[in-house]
Amino acid sequence: MSSRIDVSIEHRNVPEPPGKQHPNTCPECNSHYRDDELEAALWVCPHCGHHFPMRARARIASLADEGSFVEEAAELRSEDPLHFFDLRPYTDRIAEAEMQTGLGEAMVIGQAAIDGNACEVAVMDFSFMGGSMGSVVGEKFSRACDSAAERGVPLVSVTASGGARMQEGILSLMQLPKTVCAAEDLHDSGQPLISVMTHPTTAGVLASFASLGDVIVAEPGALLAFTGPRVVQQTTREKLPDDFGLAEQNLRFGHIDAIVPRPELKPYVSRLLRLFSRNGD
Amino acid sequence: MATDHEIHLRDRLTRLRSLNLLSGTKLSGELEKLQRQLDRIQTAPTDEEIWRSVELARHQDRPYTLDYVERLLDDWVELHGDRGRADDAALVIGLGRFNGRTVALIGNQKGRDIKERTHRNFGMAYPEGYRKAMRLMEVADRHAFPLISLVDIPGAYPGVAAEQHGQGGAIARAQALMARLEVPTVACVIGEGGSGGAIATALTDRVLMQENAIYTVISPEGCAAILWRDASEAKKAAAAFKPDAVHCLELGVIDGIVPEPEGGAHTDPDAAAQLLGESLQETLEELESVPAEDLKRRRRAKFRSLGVFA
Repeated sequence: MSSRIDVSIEHRNVPEPPGKQHPNTCPECNSHYRDDELEAALWVCPHCGHHFPMRARARIASLADEGSFVEEAAELRSEDPLHFFDLRPYTDRIAEAEMQTGLGEAMVIGQAAIDGNACEVAVMDFSFMGGSMGSVVGEKFSRACDSAAERGVPLVSVTASGGARMQEGILSLMQLPKTVCAAEDLHDSGQPLISVMTHPTTAGVLASFASLGDVIVAEPGALLAFTGPRVVQQTTREKLPDDFGLAEQNLRFGHIDAIVPRPELKPYVSRLLRLFSRNGD
Repeated sequence: MATDHEIHLRDRLTRLRSLNLLSGTKLSGELEKLQRQLDRIQTAPTDEEIWRSVELARHQDRPYTLDYVERLLDDWVELHGDRGRADDAALVIGLGRFNGRTVALIGNQKGRDIKERTHRNFGMAYPEGYRKAMRLMEVADRHAFPLISLVDIPGAYPGVAAEQHGQGGAIARAQALMARLEVPTVACVIGEGGSGGAIATALTDRVLMQENAIYTVISPEGCAAILWRDASEAKKAAAAFKPDAVHCLELGVIDGIVPEPEGGAHTDPDAAAQLLGESLQETLEELESVPAEDLKRRRRAKFRSLGVFA
């Protein structure tokens, strides 16, 4: 027990490793902000423009007109079909994520209006188990597609995900075809899917509905890769370009339509919604 | 309002589940086969048996796509290239006659010796491979050829160029195209059904698995490295996420198990091919009696019903 005191002394002048940085410290320019400062700036560093991660509720508040959001399928919860146990039981991990985030799952869906344009939104939250896609995320996206098709409105998805949720095994892989089929049903109903990819949108989510947007936009600096840089480096020993997998590289190679900084996202999406609406109003 | 919607969906789900069960019965055909499948489900494999499947699925002598093509198809013509920038040798496509009808076939192909393995990138497709598959899917759709997909991929290739060429988008669009096809489609996992690379060619009316094949969201080694922080815990990871055919059938992820010769497909490739051929024939016969528009609708409904939640 007494060793704890020694540790603090030893570490007095050692800079904190980058992974341990305070969440309100900008990893790009090291500026530090209070919560309310960041909130007012939509979690974009006022000094260098770095985009901090944004929680699902805050994202919805920043996109949807005030008071327009009506959440759907909030009651859905994960089950543990495989009784999965790695270092801890899956059920513990879910319970902990729920406590920490105040969310039922890694995706929030519901009806909303953006600058008066009625739409459906499906927003992911990376804080909930790395935004991983299990059965509930797949089901929520699927219901968001149905809700949009039934009401004849577009679907705006905002993704932030590390990929499929391994703890649900093969069923998590099945959420790829599930969300793809849902997106195809939405397309058949004549409604567009606007896909906003934020940091990070990787693996299973990138390889399914997120890539099927009629229009795909990304936030600056977002990692959008099927396989992340660390795994590519370890597996192939290839030298990675500086902007490997980032939104900027994806734009250059033609995988996305635009990079839109967060403060400009709402007007950008609402312009798209007006363009896709049949009567042009 | 949300409740109405939920009731409607739950109702639809229930109806679909019962539909799946019915078609499963038809698929197995004879009572004896059905009984065998039921027996398999009742005796869930042990952790040791699961790991044995992992080893057999990766066995170096296991028959690959072209071994089955040679034994099952007449007049095989292999086609090449994605019409964009490359011909991905990790994924073969072509046309052939299967029991008297023309079929389009897509299959992952690993190599036998070092030279061929390098040429075929150990069976790991680049985005060009999925685009090559999509090109053949369009041909199949245009000419009403049934589509057979043989899945045997360790995983999508984790390389710089693969990312730059749009791996994620290619896998997504290959699935989307499969969701739109109006021809009978059947996939069989004949070795490793590895993650996104596998599902890219497995969004089909019926999904089968050979007895000793595995179907995984991530390789056991990859899962162990992330969750146990130690790749050598692969055995534990496999036991936890249960990639074997019996568990996949139990979870509703696949529609049937294709038996293998005693000891695994590599012990007798001819017998393995015959058993695979019988299952494919049975499945196609059943699908060919379904109207095209219904095929697409049912296929999407089936995949949209997958998942377990409360």
